[in-house]
Amino acid sequence: MFYRENGQFKTSYAADQQIFTIAQDKWFVWGLIAFAALAVPMLADEYMFRAILIPFLVLSLAALGVNLLVGYCGQITLGAGAFMAIGAYAAYNFMVRIDGMPLVLAMLLGGVSAAAFGILFGIPSLRVRGLYLAVATLAAQFLCDWAFLRIGWFTNHSSSGSVSVAKLEMLGWVIDSPTEKYLFCLAFVIAFAFIAKNLTRAAIGRQWMAIRDMDVAAEVIGIRPMFAKLSAFAVSSFFVGVAGALWGFVHLGSWEPAAFSVDRSFQLLFMVIIGGMGSIMGSFFGAAFIVILPIFLNQFLPLLGSLVGVTVSTAGISHAELIIFGSLIIFFLIVEPHGLARLWSIAKQKLRLWPFPH
Amino acid sequence: MAFFIETMLGGLMTGMLYSLVALGFVLIFKASGVFNFAQGAMVLVAALAMARFSEWSNAALGGDSLFLANVIGIVGAGAVMFVVAWAVERFVLRKLVNQEGATLLMVTLGIAYVLEGLGQTFFGSEIYSIDVGMPKDPVIMFEGLFEGGVLINKEDFIAAALAAVLVAGLTVFFQKTAIGRALRAVADDHQAAQSVGIPLNKTWVIVWCVAGLVALVAGIIWGSKMGVQFSLVTVALRALPVVILGGLTSVPGAIVGGLIIGVGEKLSEVYLGPYVGGGIEIWFAYVMALIVLLFRPQGLFGEKIINRV
Amino acid sequence: MDMTDMNSAATTTPSGRRQGEVILDLQNISLRFGGVKALTDISFNIREHEVRAIIGPNGAGKSSMLNVINGVYHPQEGRIMFRGQQRQKMEPHMAAQQGIARTFQNIALFKGMSVLDNIMTGRNLKMKCNLFQQALWLGPALREEIVHREKVEEIVDFLEIQHIRKTPVGALPYGLQKRVDLGRALAMEPQILLLDEPMAGMNVEEKQDMCRFILDISDQFGTTIVLIEHDMGVVMDISDRVVVLDYGKKIGDGTPDEVRNNQDVINAYLGSGH
Repeated sequence: MFYRENGQFKTSYAADQQIFTIAQDKWFVWGLIAFAALAVPMLADEYMFRAILIPFLVLSLAALGVNLLVGYCGQITLGAGAFMAIGAYAAYNFMVRIDGMPLVLAMLLGGVSAAAFGILFGIPSLRVRGLYLAVATLAAQFLCDWAFLRIGWFTNHSSSGSVSVAKLEMLGWVIDSPTEKYLFCLAFVIAFAFIAKNLTRAAIGRQWMAIRDMDVAAEVIGIRPMFAKLSAFAVSSFFVGVAGALWGFVHLGSWEPAAFSVDRSFQLLFMVIIGGMGSIMGSFFGAAFIVILPIFLNQFLPLLGSLVGVTVSTAGISHAELIIFGSLIIFFLIVEPHGLARLWSIAKQKLRLWPFPH
Repeated sequence: MAFFIETMLGGLMTGMLYSLVALGFVLIFKASGVFNFAQGAMVLVAALAMARFSEWSNAALGGDSLFLANVIGIVGAGAVMFVVAWAVERFVLRKLVNQEGATLLMVTLGIAYVLEGLGQTFFGSEIYSIDVGMPKDPVIMFEGLFEGGVLINKEDFIAAALAAVLVAGLTVFFQKTAIGRALRAVADDHQAAQSVGIPLNKTWVIVWCVAGLVALVAGIIWGSKMGVQFSLVTVALRALPVVILGGLTSVPGAIVGGLIIGVGEKLSEVYLGPYVGGGIEIWFAYVMALIVLLFRPQGLFGEKIINRV
Repeated sequence: MDMTDMNSAATTTPSGRRQGEVILDLQNISLRFGGVKALTDISFNIREHEVRAIIGPNGAGKSSMLNVINGVYHPQEGRIMFRGQQRQKMEPHMAAQQGIARTFQNIALFKGMSVLDNIMTGRNLKMKCNLFQQALWLGPALREEIVHREKVEEIVDFLEIQHIRKTPVGALPYGLQKRVDLGRALAMEPQILLLDEPMAGMNVEEKQDMCRFILDISDQFGTTIVLIEHDMGVVMDISDRVVVLDYGKKIGDGTPDEVRNNQDVINAYLGSGH
């Protein structure tokens, strides 16, 4: 009834190529952004910011990056955690080694460093695909795990092996309260989400999807596989690297290499699968789901246990988490490869016809 | 020199264990085109089942007969692996016939998580031990050749012999039997195999069972060496470069690859490690695999990959 | 058949279509996969503006021939002359840059993308904006997108697929997918268009539409067309010259009439016992 597009006519190709071709979608997203920027800081408490909202935003950004590579370009990666690490440690080194380095610039440079390594580890994708590529990206993961643990230079020879950023400051604005940290992350995420959307609807996005869907045909119509694949690796790693810098600087404050282990890589891949491969929106859904589920299980399982007279141990909860994640991945890959994002668009289709069932 | 040989032999033994896990990868890949990331979880589940079943039956029998308890443990673990194989086929693979390799790879990641969670829920998440009566005392060999000889574990010898028998048996199974032929046909093309009357579902259950048994053997050997614990699943990550090195479709490749990686890891750690800060074992294997990948994507022993249009 | 005559200057064919210089000349092409010989010592040429058919029984090497022309396969022996210049070993995207487009026997569309996006990929070579301009979707990137969108809409009109322009191609029926495949190739504004069985699996109406499109492309844009087709009626009707392959060897070359009366060709199609 209220979600219908009649009366909205496109009179130019420019109008037809907007991000949101349906006015209601546009208002919904702007409303959401306004809500996140204005209302949430007033409503949420510190726990919400620390445990849910900030991790959600940062991991959304990382998942977005992984989605560009996996969902749009069809190149599998099991090493996203490594590129988060590169982003974080590179940004740290830019901060520590260059006096007066602006915070945002350091983070972006962290992203650029990650992009450079992304290209390097993307080179095998020119010769191999699928599982072979998974191995190449795992190599990146283990090399980084090792390098940041063993090579003192990266951690500025910190004796404990962990590094920390003293003070987050941008143009005189000191970012220390959870609300400010949240807004800082939010700004990054909104900007990058629009960039991601633009890239995926532009020529480069079409190149990525062409390579994903049918690489030989893509090459035959003149797409250079090398450029398409490596640019996907670069852009994806850039996103992931910036997310890594945010994760280290803003969420953790001080961190060790274990913060970016292979488990993190798997987690990011799962976000993309559950949220929806090849969907910007899906990256957010996936991140939200994976951040919230463990918290939910921690609250809910002991409660359920006490109802039936069983005490659920912490180990029991973490096992249940494994089982649920695993089952969901299997479920989505079998039933709905486009993940939660697909369910969202089905809901929108239904809403268009509402109140009629067909 | 003796130290070098000792290091190398130690590497060979570890490598052989990698080979066993890699063998599980190769079997499933050959027969279903699935790259099974859950192989490590299968090793964990098999070892956990074996350890706990024998522990429980040992307690029930009053601790009299370790042998009987171990037999019960192996049979029980075998049954668990059969259930796993059946469930994987029934609930996962059956619904993903003709899907792309990447999808199947990711689905096995899901399977791995489920197995890890279920296995630990049923069998516990402590460290357990497996005692199948392998002799642990070391022997000294080649005394005539080197000063002081070379120190070797008897256990490792038995494990190596066991692995060799297993490999020989599997090779015969794949190359000479009708089931083996069916399995290879399925790997080549799901639809084509189905259309000549090979029951897809049954072959998958069989091959996952075989991989389960290989996992069980690997689990028992690893478990009796260093105890059964969650970290066993990382074995899959260590064995991954082995398969790439040897070639995804090659049984001998898995073996040779395992040995190369095992030896390479140990030697690099001992002779190269001190210069770069140590701990290079894990990435060394991956970098070796990566180099092979760049120059010979099909691995040392794999079949050449031809892309058709 | 007189080879010297065929290499001489422009002529006009029975169909009345103007026929230009030799644009692509394949000389003694041999292609092997391991021990399997796919093509053996094949020579023929393609003239500008003509409709050139390649026919032959299944497995004769027709698709391999197309794959050689657009650089997917690299023949072990032989030379390929493109506009009088010998072609070096090249990748498919380089062939695309030279203006060689193709459609596929088993439709190779990008199934996750809409019809518009599929055809837009064909404009890829002509789009020059860099990554940063695209990321910000400002000025040049936006203008470029619209310019090419207009071109694509012309193709959409030409192929009469306006109503499905936003449908994901995976959801389209076979006949329409074939049209989109053709549209994607056309979007490249090719000089040579390779069509691999454009009418396979179509019903009579769809075949007629496709024939019309092919002839229109030839007439309106002057595109050189190389066509593989099994439907002899279609081949004899629309092509100017036909080359016949059998077991990777050339057994006939000439106008449809010449080929129709060639004894080797008759044997290949009916079996030599007849």
